[in-house]
Amino acid sequence: MDFSLNEVQAMLDDSVEKFISNEYDFETRQKHSGSEQGFSSEVWRTFAELGWTAVPFSEEDGGFGGGPVELMVMMLRFGKGLVVEPYLANIVLAGGVLRRAADAGQKERWLTPIVTGEMQAALAFVEPQSRYDVSNVATTATADDDGWTLSGAKGVVLNGGNAALLIVPARTSGQQCDEDGITLFAVAADTKGVSRSPYATVDGHQAAEIRFDNVRVADDARLGETGKGYAALDATIDDATLAVSAEAVGIMQIMTDKTVEYSKNRMQFGVPIGSFQTLQHRMVDMFTDCEQSYSLLIRAAMLASQESAVTKRAISAIKYQVGTAGRKAGQEAVQIHGGMGVSWDLDIAHYFKRLTAIDQMLGNADWHLDRLAG
Amino acid sequence: MNVTFSEAELAFREEIRAIFRDDFPEDIRRKRELGVPLERQDMVRFQQWLNERGWAGVNWPEEYGGTGWSPVQKYIFATEMAEADAPAIVPFGLSMVGPVIYTFGNEEQKQRFLPDILTSKVWWCQGYSEPGAGSDLASLKTRADLAGDHYIVNGTKTWTTLGQHADWIFILARTNTDVARRQEGISFLLVDMSTPGVTVKPIITIEGDLEVNEVHFEDVKVPVQNLVGEEGKGWTYGKVLLQHERTNIAAVSISNFRVRKLRKQTTKSIRGAAPLCEDRNFMRKLAAVEVDLKALEFTELRTLAAVQSGKAPGPESSILKVKGTEIQQAIDTLYLEAAGYYALPWVQEQYVLDAPGDDWVGEGAETQSSLRYFNFRKASIYGGSNEIQKNIISKHVLGL
Repeated sequence: MDFSLNEVQAMLDDSVEKFISNEYDFETRQKHSGSEQGFSSEVWRTFAELGWTAVPFSEEDGGFGGGPVELMVMMLRFGKGLVVEPYLANIVLAGGVLRRAADAGQKERWLTPIVTGEMQAALAFVEPQSRYDVSNVATTATADDDGWTLSGAKGVVLNGGNAALLIVPARTSGQQCDEDGITLFAVAADTKGVSRSPYATVDGHQAAEIRFDNVRVADDARLGETGKGYAALDATIDDATLAVSAEAVGIMQIMTDKTVEYSKNRMQFGVPIGSFQTLQHRMVDMFTDCEQSYSLLIRAAMLASQESAVTKRAISAIKYQVGTAGRKAGQEAVQIHGGMGVSWDLDIAHYFKRLTAIDQMLGNADWHLDRLAG
Repeated sequence: MNVTFSEAELAFREEIRAIFRDDFPEDIRRKRELGVPLERQDMVRFQQWLNERGWAGVNWPEEYGGTGWSPVQKYIFATEMAEADAPAIVPFGLSMVGPVIYTFGNEEQKQRFLPDILTSKVWWCQGYSEPGAGSDLASLKTRADLAGDHYIVNGTKTWTTLGQHADWIFILARTNTDVARRQEGISFLLVDMSTPGVTVKPIITIEGDLEVNEVHFEDVKVPVQNLVGEEGKGWTYGKVLLQHERTNIAAVSISNFRVRKLRKQTTKSIRGAAPLCEDRNFMRKLAAVEVDLKALEFTELRTLAAVQSGKAPGPESSILKVKGTEIQQAIDTLYLEAAGYYALPWVQEQYVLDAPGDDWVGEGAETQSSLRYFNFRKASIYGGSNEIQKNIISKHVLGL
């Protein structure tokens, strides 16, 4: 039993920490988030130079061979830095499906530029009606002699507006909610018939509504076997759920630290507000929730690394935890910061929004608790 | 990062598991299963059974007859003991005064007291709390005045758990009132309860049982040889003991066992009715407690792993008591809810039977669920209430 990071993980942790503290303060983050693209291409190049875009990919795929623990280490730090660069959308989601489903030629064409940081991609797995059911796919793909025709609508596609490549699950057989009969396609975003309405999300990230009107793609755009796309999709969603959970734990930790610090300095009635017992106990609860969340997070990451049979449950447990405890931590941090907590200019408000957004995606607390209850 | 046990640890687990499976006294196992309270002789017999295997001094160093186990081995042992539904070790001798004596006591005291603690020949109880003191332990008023080769003890101790069974009591008493801080001038004394002037009065607790007592001291003569360590340093020794108490009351392994048992119980259909597991509301509440408990289990493992590798436990260890008791109480509440109407019958004579007869009321230990629920409200109160724990975390971990 050993819960410490190994040398490589510790180096990775250290390098992300250094980057965040030296080059990614809150003002810089806000500038990137508010820019037209919604993130910084320069920062993305730095991510690539430091090797971070290669972390979760195997060495054969040109990657670093990192697993769930390495992903966790990075996302914890990204949470603390409130990073808006689309690591989740591009690397974990789009890259995750490609590495699992693509053949060698497809990988060279689409995965390599992701690993090297040269291309932005997105996984269009949400539909306006699907909520958290990944198998709820109404977008259709119909085969003919020359390839496929895709029609349908995808919603809240993270990084969808900036992506040059869209990974699209489409129904090729079965009922709307069947796991079987989902086929994955790689579609260039500028293909005829693809229309995108990009927008900013409340947490300072970017997403898009995307329509597919009789979009033609060749058969070599099909990733994996026809009708068998769900497995790669599902495994990738698990990775992403673990990743955002780690990000959320990072946010909870820094919000707790910042709130404790603030309460030591903020004077009211001639004393620091941190001397009030009612606030002390609430901050102790925040601290307790952070410790409990970190425990569930490392548990999920370790079980995922061992490909344990209970990995899915462990991931649901941590996502439920950050959904509930994260909401509480966010609300408490805002409350204890008082009027400052609801000010745009203070980072606390933006941490709170990101935590809220994380609960809304990849299955909220209720959804994961329901999975655990069954 | 890994959460696997080493080969040696796995072998150790197998050994412990096999002995609990094959040799554990059947009648005690049966009482536990039915929720029948254990009597004094059951508890003594269980601890002597442990001692015969060298397991009584779980936390004790080998030189005093303890196991000398590593933190991970202790964790494995606690888990296996819970999984066997074995009773908890009565903590006052083996977990509390024993460690204080071998850490702070003199050679004569070690030889005189430790063997009888290990063999459970002498039953100890704890004399810390006093009427009106609550969690403010340092406000204690019991006095021990030096008179030649004796202290004369006067005062009252309360909430003395299982004091009705006890032969000896360890107390904190004030030996000096002229002190700068209330925590000074307190001494740690060992008192034979058969000494004239010691009287034990029962306190009936919420569920109707006799579990705790008031112990009165009226001009009780305690030889100076029964002072542990230095006079006036009792607070320090007592704190060490309390820290130990706090990790024990997280009770993660027992909670794990109880949650698993409850989940199993929900799948059982009684007389053709739909099993409880079809009640989504209940199952979601159960799942939420399971998540909290899994988190606590890993929080405890993180503490263990740190201690195992020679580091001090991190700040995460400070939350074990609060979370542990919150979870225990949440589980008690679920058992209560699961029992439905059968949480109501209070059939005292049933609790001393050793086998369910035709007139047995309720299924298994159902009718015990409410008693346990009521009784364990104590968990967030004793050992320093959870609010006191939060004050401690606030001050020492958050620096507020």
